[in-house]
Amino acid sequence: MAEPPAIEVEDLSKHYGPVRAVDGISFSVVRGATCALLGGNGAGKTTTIAMLLGLLLPTGGQIRILSEDVPRHRQRVLPRMNFSSPYVDLPQRLTVAENLTVYARLYGVRHVRERLATLGRELDIDAFFQRPYGSLSAGQKTRVALAKALLNQPEILLLDEPTASLDPDSADRIRAILTDYQHQSGATLLLASHNMSEVERLCDQVVMLRAGRIVATGTPRELIHRYGRKDMEEVFLDIARGIQSGEVVE
Amino acid sequence: MNGISLYRIGALALRYLYLLRSSRVRIIELAYWPTVQMILWGFITRYLAGHSDVLSQATGLLLAGVLLWDILFRSQLGLSVVFFEELHARNLAQLLISPLQPIELILALMSISLVRTLLGVGIAILLAIPFYDFNLFGLGLPLAGFFLNLLLMGWAIGLLVSALVLRYGMGAESIAWAAIFALAPLCGIYYPVATLPGWLQPLSWALPASYVFEGMRAVLLEHAARLDYLLYALLLNAGYLGLGIRVFLATVHQARERGSLLQSGE
Repeated sequence: MAEPPAIEVEDLSKHYGPVRAVDGISFSVVRGATCALLGGNGAGKTTTIAMLLGLLLPTGGQIRILSEDVPRHRQRVLPRMNFSSPYVDLPQRLTVAENLTVYARLYGVRHVRERLATLGRELDIDAFFQRPYGSLSAGQKTRVALAKALLNQPEILLLDEPTASLDPDSADRIRAILTDYQHQSGATLLLASHNMSEVERLCDQVVMLRAGRIVATGTPRELIHRYGRKDMEEVFLDIARGIQSGEVVE
Repeated sequence: MNGISLYRIGALALRYLYLLRSSRVRIIELAYWPTVQMILWGFITRYLAGHSDVLSQATGLLLAGVLLWDILFRSQLGLSVVFFEELHARNLAQLLISPLQPIELILALMSISLVRTLLGVGIAILLAIPFYDFNLFGLGLPLAGFFLNLLLMGWAIGLLVSALVLRYGMGAESIAWAAIFALAPLCGIYYPVATLPGWLQPLSWALPASYVFEGMRAVLLEHAARLDYLLYALLLNAGYLGLGIRVFLATVHQARERGSLLQSGE
């Protein structure tokens, strides 16, 4: 029998009064895959991720992660997943080591010191373990946030713009870390990104959103072919501007 | 609800202890106001002791009142201010996507409030011994009941205030400081409840703290331990704390519906 998908979303919606932030979307992500959730600002990416995390209650539809119904049994699945976003902070006054220790314990990590030492080496953050989180640069903070997200060796890793505001070198290091982690652990990754070269490099699957609805799905290669474009950047622009696949643009 | 994990509660309490440890100013600030209050009321007591029959019978009345009041005040503040730290740090969303359950967040806030109250008021209580030859522990075993009841009432108010700030944003933060002072005149800290106008007295008797302060006066003036007062206070606290927890949990649930957890912050 086929293994159930790691993430299953069915007819998911979130309405704020008359505003339909997410409007009846359905998709699934197989175990071990990397899926990109793409779309312009306000397309519904962050709202969807927040619902997957149980941080936001859906107006309708279903979410199953690792075969658990998230809105009803989020507590069962949260220890097996994690999240990183440059838009959600860690306490500024605590040192990096203190922050990671607290979260390691919250996630029930055994052998906390050893885990921190491993992540310190892998993400090259051990040099500033004793510095307050608030004193770090944007790139350092992103690596620490990623360390926090990898503490519990999650089976599902959700990432909201993991390389936003990073220089090309730092961004490349983050992508390498994510690729290594996935190869080692077989984890499923779902990421929202505006960086299309990142999507082409990391993702097996793309879900394109516009105004809360799915407007295209497929592999990056399929989408590039379907839209007759040379890369995902151009596909993204077509979709964001409402151009259908196969339309000829003067 | 899944099982409550003491390990996770301990982890979050550790976060607050790290924060406390990171700044000596914070620790000094914890004890500063209770100590200043104690010194001020100690001098007032000394002055009034020569002019008042009541105070000459029991010179510790005002000092005991101010120290017990601070237990209530610090326990409320110890819970709500620590919760506000999460909002200021934009850390609440991180916590609520971890396996930490909201009820565990509440229990962690309560445990750190206990530590902060013991530190803050404890220092003032100990300093009152050499400063004014007044030992609050002289109240005997009832002191444990007074402490417990004031702590529980402080937590109940702290949770209601935290829920209010979670709902209406950091603009409502000043309520944390103001809320408990609105109740102070009704609690009979420095005077018996009978001093209040008749129409206000039922309101006063609806507050657990009023029974504590009446009980305190019974110990100091009549050398009587009023267990009935402690029991009434405990029953009222069970109701108020239950209400505080329910309102806080409902507000977190509502924030999940409204999508305000991702934006919570300054």
